[in-house]
Amino acid sequence: MASGNEGQKIEADRLAPMPLSERKGFPVLLTLRLIAFFATASATIVMALNKERKALVVATIGSTPVEATLSAKFQDTPAFVFFVVANAMASLHNLLMMALETFGDSFDCKGMRLIVIAILDMMTVVLASGADGAAVFMADLGKNGNTHARWNKICDKFETYCDQGGGALIASSVGLLLLLLITALSIMRLLKPNPKPIPHNNNLVTIP
Amino acid sequence: MMKSTMSLVLRLLALVSTAVAVAIMLKSHDSTLVLGITFDAKYSHSPALQYFVIAEGIGGIYSLVSLLLSRWTSSRHFVYLMDVVVAMLLSSSVSAALAIAYVGKKGESHAGWLPICKQVPRFCNEATGSLAAGFLAALLYMVLVLCCIRSLYALKP
Repeated sequence: MASGNEGQKIEADRLAPMPLSERKGFPVLLTLRLIAFFATASATIVMALNKERKALVVATIGSTPVEATLSAKFQDTPAFVFFVVANAMASLHNLLMMALETFGDSFDCKGMRLIVIAILDMMTVVLASGADGAAVFMADLGKNGNTHARWNKICDKFETYCDQGGGALIASSVGLLLLLLITALSIMRLLKPNPKPIPHNNNLVTIP
Repeated sequence: MMKSTMSLVLRLLALVSTAVAVAIMLKSHDSTLVLGITFDAKYSHSPALQYFVIAEGIGGIYSLVSLLLSRWTSSRHFVYLMDVVVAMLLSSSVSAALAIAYVGKKGESHAGWLPICKQVPRFCNEATGSLAAGFLAALLYMVLVLCCIRSLYALKP
């Protein structure tokens, strides 16, 4: 019977995803992604350029001080390397998702687009939060030291290094908060059913 | 319901994992005598390990609460959102503790920080076990959020 076929076609139209750029709330998500992209990208760049060289007195022989040039770089600490890499990945993810939502409506994702975006957002936020946590506690160790383990603080000698690192951490925290909001919005988009079907083939229903 | 069984099992495993992590870290203690000075190692000496214990505790309590709440399907969507937040919390806590543990084991030559694991080996081993349990809990929560997203996708009309 032909009506079975028509019923299937109407059902397939109802299941077809609405173009993302027409959904309600699309400008909000795009603005959040843009700000998160700038926050994570600036955290990456500021930490990657974090370097300070200083001539310090390390010993005194007789009455002449022995000076050595010590340098503090971000590569010395694995936590900061992880921070730079994870924030770079988070900003790249935001850029790709912005491009996908704006220009990628013609790609046929077989209805998987929303779920893939939600899963990728969730993974990015978990990665970025790990990087942020590790970097914050390493910075706290550098700033306050740890008397029980006999680890001295280094921020009194390398002030510019510490200040720049702190700025990168603040930017990364802002980006992390925004990423969490974006993930929540992406998951909530999965909850709402399609607002209206796409009126492509509205001449299929024939009245017998 | 296959999916809700799997999410219940994952929550139970995560609860056990976080409880084990907190218990081992609270119990870990070692002390040694170096040049007449007693060198003591506990989790409370380091803010990162304190944050680890508190965050795993919050994760464990949340696992228990959500195990009970998942009986009422009306609050299911709120539970999914809180799962993401708790996954973030667990991941950041285990990352922070791992960063400090790495400094404790290998030292940081550029900053002049010496490794301490040679002096307090028992504390280091116990902390390693606790961190492994915490890492497992964070992984389980990530799989749990994937399960939640999958079950939401099946709901789409």
